[in-house]
Amino acid sequence: MKVDQLSIFLENRAGRLAEVTRILSESGVNIRALSLADTSDFGILRLIVSDFDKAKENLKAGGFTVGRTTVVAVKVQDQPGGLHNILDMLRDAKINVEYMYAFVTQTGADAIIIFRFDRTDQAIELLQKNSIAMVPGEKLYKM
Amino acid sequence: MIFDVENETLPREELQKLQLRRLQDLVARVYENVPFYRKKLDERGVKPEHIQSLSDVSLLPFTEKQDLRNHYPFGLFAVSRENIVRIHSSSGTTGKATVVGYTRRDIKNWGQMVARCLAAAGAHSGDFVHNAYGYGLFTGGLGVHYGAEELGATVIPISGGGTRRQAMLLRDFGATVLTCTPSYALHLNEAAKEMGIDIRELPLRIGIFGAEPWTDSMRNEIENKLGITAIDIYGLSEIMGPGVAIECAKVKKGLHIQEDHFLAEIIDPETGDPMKPGEVGELVFTTLTKEGIPLLRYRTRDLSRLNTAPCRCGRTTARMERVTGRSDDMLIIRGVNVFPSQIETILLETEGLTPHYQLIVTRSGNLDNMEVRVEVDEAAFSDQIKNLQRLESKIEKNIKEFLGVTAKCKLVEPKGIERSEGKAKRIIDMRKEQA
Repeated sequence: MKVDQLSIFLENRAGRLAEVTRILSESGVNIRALSLADTSDFGILRLIVSDFDKAKENLKAGGFTVGRTTVVAVKVQDQPGGLHNILDMLRDAKINVEYMYAFVTQTGADAIIIFRFDRTDQAIELLQKNSIAMVPGEKLYKM
Repeated sequence: MIFDVENETLPREELQKLQLRRLQDLVARVYENVPFYRKKLDERGVKPEHIQSLSDVSLLPFTEKQDLRNHYPFGLFAVSRENIVRIHSSSGTTGKATVVGYTRRDIKNWGQMVARCLAAAGAHSGDFVHNAYGYGLFTGGLGVHYGAEELGATVIPISGGGTRRQAMLLRDFGATVLTCTPSYALHLNEAAKEMGIDIRELPLRIGIFGAEPWTDSMRNEIENKLGITAIDIYGLSEIMGPGVAIECAKVKKGLHIQEDHFLAEIIDPETGDPMKPGEVGELVFTTLTKEGIPLLRYRTRDLSRLNTAPCRCGRTTARMERVTGRSDDMLIIRGVNVFPSQIETILLETEGLTPHYQLIVTRSGNLDNMEVRVEVDEAAFSDQIKNLQRLESKIEKNIKEFLGVTAKCKLVEPKGIERSEGKAKRIIDMRKEQA
């Protein structure tokens, strides 16, 4: 149920983000989901891509510092309370969400939320026990 | 005023005779008492009796800062510890500081030399000296303190820090002489202004500034803003501390070296050969009278040149030009010596960091600022902002702890640091352009 996320270190200056998308575009890699966290000096770009290994290899060759992070993709019904239900359950189990970002699928019926937990394995176990739908990596990359 | 007319105005011929006598005595002393020098002299086949003229100084070995470190803490002392009455030490990471010791006579000589300096700067007995050099292991505070007492001035041993309080006491006590680093003088002025104190209206008339390089434009700024005469003082703890050389207020062109105590040379920093008179090179000192830790041909890494022409102030001693640069890559940040290699050591000891870094030094307002740019490699990288910020503050904390200077750390992308011919450019010092 784990998903590989690509994390990229970016200096906070013009053109760095475009350099990442240029490399991905030239490698024929598609971006499924992304989020960007930033400070005044630097940012961390987090990506779910169609081909993790190819993206990582080419970005490294392009001089970027890249890392692999394990995240979890959760399918949430696109209706009020959908996300709250899940967060409630995590709180009771004292599992911390380090960060999260969401995107809506093409069918539009569900939202997919990418979670970075402090304790990934326990989180997956908890979500499974509560029959929360997760999207495995292989499926997500091809979406 | 000349404090020590007899020694400061000796005809040069007599001065050189005195220097030779003292040099011969010095070589005999270190040969006898310092195993490091005896070994070095034996290796060169030089015996004390071979020193027959001042130019024979070139037979003697150089001493480097590293030699003091290698003999940490007291290995180069020439007298037993019981005869040392005081220890000082320069900045450095733990275990790498350079330690110096003074005998009772060294302290007395030093006090007299600083008194000469204060007098050359225009101070006299009855003056009120606000001494804002740091007191402690650093030679600045106590060095000036003893000299001011020797001169017969009243010393306010305020030391560094507590700037608002300093401004208040400067006004309330009515000090006439200020001693500190030049950048601190400007900082103090800003603080005073904020408190509604105009230093130009206070009795302060002289500032004696040293421990960091400064330019003539900075002198003009200080003189205008504080309404004082600003004088450059030179010294280094290995040789003695502040007071090795001083500008005279009358001419303010070059710093008079205390030549009866120190033999100065200018050498080519690459080859070690003496430079022609008047040429710029590395300043080298031999301590002629020091007992605690006498040094032969100590390489200061400071670039300067010597002028032996008579000075209008009446002193006959040679003048060294204001230090124009350094022959190595040492930085002076707010009076603290910083070597890039020390930063490198700290980065390597801070988990997971490659030694790819760059130091950017700027002067904003009147204070030096140092930014340490560090390349983030995979081992140090995290997908979480908080971890990277923690890394930044850890580096800042370690630099503060080990070097005693405040630096701002900034993480950059790999290869984000400019490299020329494969070699990273480690230092960008923008203070000169700004000054």
